[in-house]
Amino acid sequence: MSTPTLEVEDLRTVFLTDAGAVRAVDGVSFTVGAGETLGIVGESGSGKSVTALSLMRLLEEPARIAGGSIRFQGRDLLAMRPEELRALRGDRMAMVFQDPMTGLNPVIRILRQLTEPMVGHGRFAAPEARRRAVGLLVRMGITAPERSILRFPHEFSGGMRQRVMLAMGFANDPALLIADEPTTALDVTIQAQILDLLRQLNAEFGTAILLISHDLSVIGSVCRRVAVMYAGEVVEEAVTEAVLADPRHPYAWALVNAVPRIDQPLGADRRLVSIEGAPPDALNLPQGCRFAPRCPFKVERCEREHPPLAEVAPGRLARCWVTQAGQVLPKAGGAGLGGVRPPPPPAAEPLLAVRGLVKHFPLPRESFFAPRRVVHAVNGIDLDVARGETLGIVGESGCGKSTLARLVTRIHAPTAGSIVFGGQEIAGASPAAIRPLRRRMQMVFQDPYASLNPRMTIGDTLAEPLVAHGLARRGVEVRDRVGGLLEMVGLNPAWVSRFPHEFSGGQRQRISIARALALEPEMIVADEPISALDVNIQAQILNLMLDLQQRMGLTYLFIAHDLAVVRHLCDRVVVLYLGKVMESAPAEALFARPLHPYTGVLISAVPEPGRQRVLLQGEPPSTLAPPRGCPFRGRCPIAQPVCETMPPLAEAEAGRWVACHFPGGFSHAGLGA
Amino acid sequence: MLRTVVTRLAGAAVMAVLATLVIFLIANTVPGDPVLAQLGDIAASNPATVAEWRAKWGLDLPLWEQYLIFLRGLAQGDLGTSIASQRPVLEDIAQYAPATVELASIAFLLALGIGIPLGIAAAVWRDSWVDAAARVVSLIGVSSPTFWLAFIMLAIFYGGLQIAPGPGRLDPIAFPPDEVTGFFLVDTLLAGDWEGFRDAAAHLVLPSIVLAAATIGLITRTTRAAMLEAMGQDYVRVSRAKGMRERYTILRHVLPNALIPVVTLGGLAYANLLAGAVMTETVFSWPGLGRYTFRSAAALDFPAIMGITLVVSVTYLLVNLLVDLSYAMLDPRVRR
Ligand SMILES: Nc1ncnc2c1ncn2[C@@H]1O[C@H](COP(=O)(O)OP(=O)(O)OP(=O)(O)O)[C@@H](O)[C@H]1O
Ligand code: SF4
Ligand code: SF4
Ligand SMILES: [Mg+2]
Repeated sequence: MSTPTLEVEDLRTVFLTDAGAVRAVDGVSFTVGAGETLGIVGESGSGKSVTALSLMRLLEEPARIAGGSIRFQGRDLLAMRPEELRALRGDRMAMVFQDPMTGLNPVIRILRQLTEPMVGHGRFAAPEARRRAVGLLVRMGITAPERSILRFPHEFSGGMRQRVMLAMGFANDPALLIADEPTTALDVTIQAQILDLLRQLNAEFGTAILLISHDLSVIGSVCRRVAVMYAGEVVEEAVTEAVLADPRHPYAWALVNAVPRIDQPLGADRRLVSIEGAPPDALNLPQGCRFAPRCPFKVERCEREHPPLAEVAPGRLARCWVTQAGQVLPKAGGAGLGGVRPPPPPAAEPLLAVRGLVKHFPLPRESFFAPRRVVHAVNGIDLDVARGETLGIVGESGCGKSTLARLVTRIHAPTAGSIVFGGQEIAGASPAAIRPLRRRMQMVFQDPYASLNPRMTIGDTLAEPLVAHGLARRGVEVRDRVGGLLEMVGLNPAWVSRFPHEFSGGQRQRISIARALALEPEMIVADEPISALDVNIQAQILNLMLDLQQRMGLTYLFIAHDLAVVRHLCDRVVVLYLGKVMESAPAEALFARPLHPYTGVLISAVPEPGRQRVLLQGEPPSTLAPPRGCPFRGRCPIAQPVCETMPPLAEAEAGRWVACHFPGGFSHAGLGA
Repeated sequence: MLRTVVTRLAGAAVMAVLATLVIFLIANTVPGDPVLAQLGDIAASNPATVAEWRAKWGLDLPLWEQYLIFLRGLAQGDLGTSIASQRPVLEDIAQYAPATVELASIAFLLALGIGIPLGIAAAVWRDSWVDAAARVVSLIGVSSPTFWLAFIMLAIFYGGLQIAPGPGRLDPIAFPPDEVTGFFLVDTLLAGDWEGFRDAAAHLVLPSIVLAAATIGLITRTTRAAMLEAMGQDYVRVSRAKGMRERYTILRHVLPNALIPVVTLGGLAYANLLAGAVMTETVFSWPGLGRYTFRSAAALDFPAIMGITLVVSVTYLLVNLLVDLSYAMLDPRVRR
């Protein structure tokens, strides 16, 4: 066997803080062979990025590598002089970071940012480097690269920037590419394009890839093997498919089962596996198994002795006493944890009915004489939400999901159209007329950090709406109600006097939900309520939302970009594109057999190992021009001349509405039909 | 781009005229009568002399008419005649302005030339002795009163060590160069007069350091802060991950971004240097606009005050325009 590209042994990286040494990476070992792909997965704070930065020797103060060894192509990275390291970086080993929006220098042309590593490492002369840069951009799927290369980063979308970052990573044909969450900031469709690119580049150039992600499915679609990290340690390492099918460490098991999978049959009970608690404090790690405080399978030995990473099956390593002793973890499989899902209520009068909803945002003039430009965010949306149902809204970023949520809650005033809520027209209602309605319709936002006032205790945050709407008198009554609300969302009522910063992200989202519930609304509009959270916490919030719905008969308008989650949680789904409804159907039917081509490609973009994928090229067109004809026709795989006229949203099958001249005309292996 | 410049220039012209209106109104509401200031007690007690004098300077006309006359003159490039010097205001300004502009510009270059490198060094070697030294320099610069600093400098370098020349623009016995631009550094060079150039330059050293002191401090601090901010950005880490040399990363990635806020400050600083020259000019007997302004204000010389206002606001607006243009050069995001 030839020398592996990367050998990491017992790597320890610490942060020397005032409070003590934080052991961020604590004895990590793995090997990446030439041309191999390895994924690293784990929740935030588990040490993934610190591992990557340690490998590149790019750690900044106060981080130190405290022990272990890193060998790159047989050479000891820890013994190298800074100049030797610099010569390796960006040449033999390259790294792509998470956020493409901030990773490119805003004042330097793409061209120079691409060519500087080629010229800087002396691999190419400037004219040659330029030709190569253009070639790389072509390879990354950027149109008109000769022109694009002279642009500045702000003229590129997030997806294009990530392609540039990848091109930069591949500039000198490295032996190893480390990609830290390269698709987390991107839409599913763009994510699919980037992951596909990574796979191809690995296959074509034989570049070894170390892919870091919090999403096992993303890793599964690129990497053959995966290392699962928890509290600075690798707790399981095996072939990715094996981990997905049959995890051997309880934490990996929780990760796998916390997320709904788009290919799994839906059960009656939609509750997901979620483990309580939080990862241990890195300053004060448990002496036995680090997962023991949260582990549903722990035995007496676990809290006493720290388990080693040992073979549990051929080619499979796990750091767990129980599975090392041969025990098998139960199959949870997303469904059937008992209980029965109530059938969606009979369609009586819908609670919310939207017709012809339009919202345009005029932009400020660029100069006195320039014509005023207008963002066409929502361009005529019709939808109904029945009482007690969950309606999911999906679509790529910028398709108008958030704007729609702000319109139905009347945070924005619509440009045109009607919104009937509980039998009352609210599209043109005055703020005074809307105030009583706020009680009945509440909103939960994406960012639980930004939506809570940092200077108010959560007790005050929750009491505020109660007092403002005269639902409870100050004093004992309010205190009781607030305590009850906290209990309802699974928080300790004794925490009323704490401030938001004393809570974790998931807990804060629970508080936002409690705040929304304070007024006992009939409907909750949730705009990406879980997308800022780790998968395990996502599962907790989703379970909470399901519980609350069953107990209180809530109606949800649920906006999300994660299609598997939408399929799992929602009764019906509306697919938006450029501010228009493309398809609206019961969730199960929609995912089993999409009728609109856009729905089809959207679903096929979901990363899932071993799935066939239809790649959607390009990105949605600008919202500055009003769509003419079918808005999707520029990217539609089956577009015809007739698509120059806008297809109406028509009932193609019972209960299924599609805006396409050829409903069901686009079918694809693995997409049903 | 060109259209932006033209629009901005037109806007600047309107603003400058508006500024004269404001000054005109203020000047006419302050208590004090130019008659007293100009004629002296005896003449001012004679009503006929006073009336004749007022009529001569148009001060007997209604306020709006006085302003209209000013505007009419302005349209023809005439700023009126100074009451105190009895010469056209434009001529006065043309005589005094170059001295001030020369002093302020040298001070400005000094502030940039010292402040920016010092700020860069302080950020790159953060918490080292370089950083500490930069902090001391900016602290002294920002906190010493100009007046005091000027006297101390004169006392040490002229009075004590005798390595710097005394007040004034040139040696008292030297002849000023033939006037072409009014900037002695330029005019002496044009005349091929090396002696004169050296003399003019030497006379600039102390006053420009004094004038620049506070600005050096400000620019050092702003540069340091902007550098540190930019050094924390993701693209800097990306540059290191690409294996670029540290020097390259700092000069090509960090610096261009850090200069953006420094340019804003620079524009303001230049305008402030022009205004701040009054104090320095007084101590160094510098025959500049600062002293002219002081004299005109004391004499309630309305035409001169209006002319100075106009010149200062035009300069200020032009500097602002330059700042915006260099913004567009530095930051492609604001380019159109
Ligand atoms: N206040 C505003 N002013 C101008 N344009 C706006 C405003 N709010 C939204 N837009 C634009 O409207 C379009 C739809 O935005 P919206 O936020 O609804 O998209 P989204 O589907 O929620 O995207 P994401 O998934 O990124 O949140 C976008 O082009 C957006 O830039
Ligand atoms: S060692 Fe024990 S506590 Fe740790 S993961 Fe295994 S079963 Fe759970
Ligand atoms: S109407 Fe035409 S372009 Fe639009 S989705 Fe249907 S087939 Fe594609
Ligand atoms: Mg949104």
